[in-house]
Amino acid sequence: MTFGDFTPEAFAFGFFTILTLGGAFGVVGSRNLVRSAVWLMVSLFGIAGFFVLLSAPFLAAVQVLVYIGAIGILITFAIMLTRSMTNLKERFNKQWWLAALAALTAFLLLMVTVIVPTWGEMGAEEIPPTVASTAQLGEAFFSGWGYVLPLEVASLLLTAAMIGAIVIAREDD
Amino acid sequence: MECRDIINTFAPCLSDTLGVSTDLANFLSITLGVLIVATFPLLVTILLIWVERKFAARVQDRIGPNRVGPFGLFQPFADVIKLLGKEDITPAGADKWIYNASPVVMVMAVLLIWAVIPLTPVHVGVDLEIGALYFVAVASIGTLSVIMAGWASNNKYALLGSFRVVAQLISYEVPLALALLVPVMLAGSMSMVGIVEAQTGMWFVFMVPVSAFLFFISSQAETGRAPFDLLEAESELVAGFNIEYSGMKFAMFFAGEFMHVFTNGVLMAVLFTGGYIGPFVDQIPLLGLVYLLAKASIWYLLSLLMRNALPRVRIDQLMLFNWLFLVPVSIINLILVAFLMFVIRELGLQPDDPRDFVQNIPQTVVLLLGNVALLIGTLTVIRNRFRAERLAEQSTMLPAQAGD
Amino acid sequence: MNVLSEWAFIGVFFVLAPILPAVPILLGGVLSPKKPNAIKQATYECGVETVGDTWVQFKVQYYIYGLVFLIFDVEMVFLFPWAVAYGQLDFFAFAAGVLFIFLLSDALVYAWKKNALEWA
Repeated sequence: MTFGDFTPEAFAFGFFTILTLGGAFGVVGSRNLVRSAVWLMVSLFGIAGFFVLLSAPFLAAVQVLVYIGAIGILITFAIMLTRSMTNLKERFNKQWWLAALAALTAFLLLMVTVIVPTWGEMGAEEIPPTVASTAQLGEAFFSGWGYVLPLEVASLLLTAAMIGAIVIAREDD
Repeated sequence: MECRDIINTFAPCLSDTLGVSTDLANFLSITLGVLIVATFPLLVTILLIWVERKFAARVQDRIGPNRVGPFGLFQPFADVIKLLGKEDITPAGADKWIYNASPVVMVMAVLLIWAVIPLTPVHVGVDLEIGALYFVAVASIGTLSVIMAGWASNNKYALLGSFRVVAQLISYEVPLALALLVPVMLAGSMSMVGIVEAQTGMWFVFMVPVSAFLFFISSQAETGRAPFDLLEAESELVAGFNIEYSGMKFAMFFAGEFMHVFTNGVLMAVLFTGGYIGPFVDQIPLLGLVYLLAKASIWYLLSLLMRNALPRVRIDQLMLFNWLFLVPVSIINLILVAFLMFVIRELGLQPDDPRDFVQNIPQTVVLLLGNVALLIGTLTVIRNRFRAERLAEQSTMLPAQAGD
Repeated sequence: MNVLSEWAFIGVFFVLAPILPAVPILLGGVLSPKKPNAIKQATYECGVETVGDTWVQFKVQYYIYGLVFLIFDVEMVFLFPWAVAYGQLDFFAFAAGVLFIFLLSDALVYAWKKNALEWA
């Protein structure tokens, strides 16, 4: 890669990579869980940037809305629910090497999947040139020829998740 | 204000005159545009401080600021100078990074909304295809700053306050987004320009007043203003999540709040009262900005009146109001509008030319009637519920009076 | 490419938006007097010292609100494309959308009946 290839996209890609990976390192490096949560938001924000670079702005907005706006809050609430975890100063885990091994294995497996074309290679020309609009997305979700059944099943799943959470959270009745 | 037309012509001109590459010129023009779009609300905010204080004073039968400059107009500048000289105190044991980042994130979340707001027909920060969703997503970042402030302050009141506020903010985001779906559905587009252009014939507020009402109420709650100012609640929580902040950082929280209220007015104008649309806008685009600000000011004054005239609700009432009233009504409203739009299409009532006022009347009448029916139905349900409650209360009290 | 150039504006906005509020804060930091002492920096709790740890345990109620919000958030994500495409959709799609909303409203009704949404 020469300096001439240094396009704005490449610059943005580098920036989001730093955000994502830096945020991820912050998550595992912080002793304090709430700080970890804030770093996680930074990391997830970087991923939203990747979606924009991939010409999927709808997914980027969803990423910010659901992961930063909702899951981030949920994680903070969950941390606050568990008293002893909020102000942890020292490491109590003696099995860090096991965790490192598991993470490394997962990483290697991912790399293998990415590098070795298990599902056949896809040329750049096979990617459809037009970016799907939100209207097309809506038609695909809700039309008879589209993905109506998975959509309704997903809504059932969400309902079940919420009812389950209420049942677990309210033990008194 | 920066427009795409200016970007298209401005950047090549810039690269010619300065003799720099087109990429750099593009970058410079974008940066300039961002600076103008982002500074505009900040400057408006300075004026709003005066408007807010004067308005509150008049409601409370006072005169308000009248010493600095004509009508006290320069009072905000005196305030800013005073705030600059205030000592900045960081409480012991605070998490410094998060503590300092929080006010910045707060203002940032509001500023970012302005990127997609169409100021005039040709002056738009950027007309994203997913503008409405972008607004909802960006607005949810503000919630994060509240949690950061409350947690980093090392103060129980701040933490307690911030958790209450977050519960309030995320709860009211549900009816906000559900109400936002209705103009999106009517316009068939999430782009802010698309939504404004769809109102050329008829403003959405006449078609779907219930959605406008729901959006207005929940956006008022999103700003944390009275009657939903549980986040301040001086009598209960001292000052809420920003209790430990002082000097300029505290001022930023307030600037964020003032700006948020005005931004909500602008959003109401864009989504429901036709944004920049008005007479002669096609000839003189800058007139659109005047119309937009005028419409936004009316909504803004309405929310100021609401703030000053209504007492604060209790936190349990606040939650009940949201989950038992706003959310169900906005869900029913959404289904109703979807159904009515289907009926309109089947009956062939939709206008051949959406920009024509007269041709818009049939579908407006249908939608308006549906909205009125919904309103009456809701009010009846509420009346019956509270009448039953009142009767139950009376029946428990009456025997005591008779027996003694 | 066109989409990206639009988002370049947003990208620059995201970089500049934190700078604008940071400038007055830094300016205030330069101009304001700095005379910290232990009493000034003590946590303000109506003048009383903090008892115990600040970061106390919170009740589960908040988590339920967060969860309900998350569910509705995900619902909204699906409904936005529905609303945009609504003009081109047939009755089947309308029914599918209404069914989708109904299924999720079920969860809301369940939460009411359990009084899970009341501030207790």
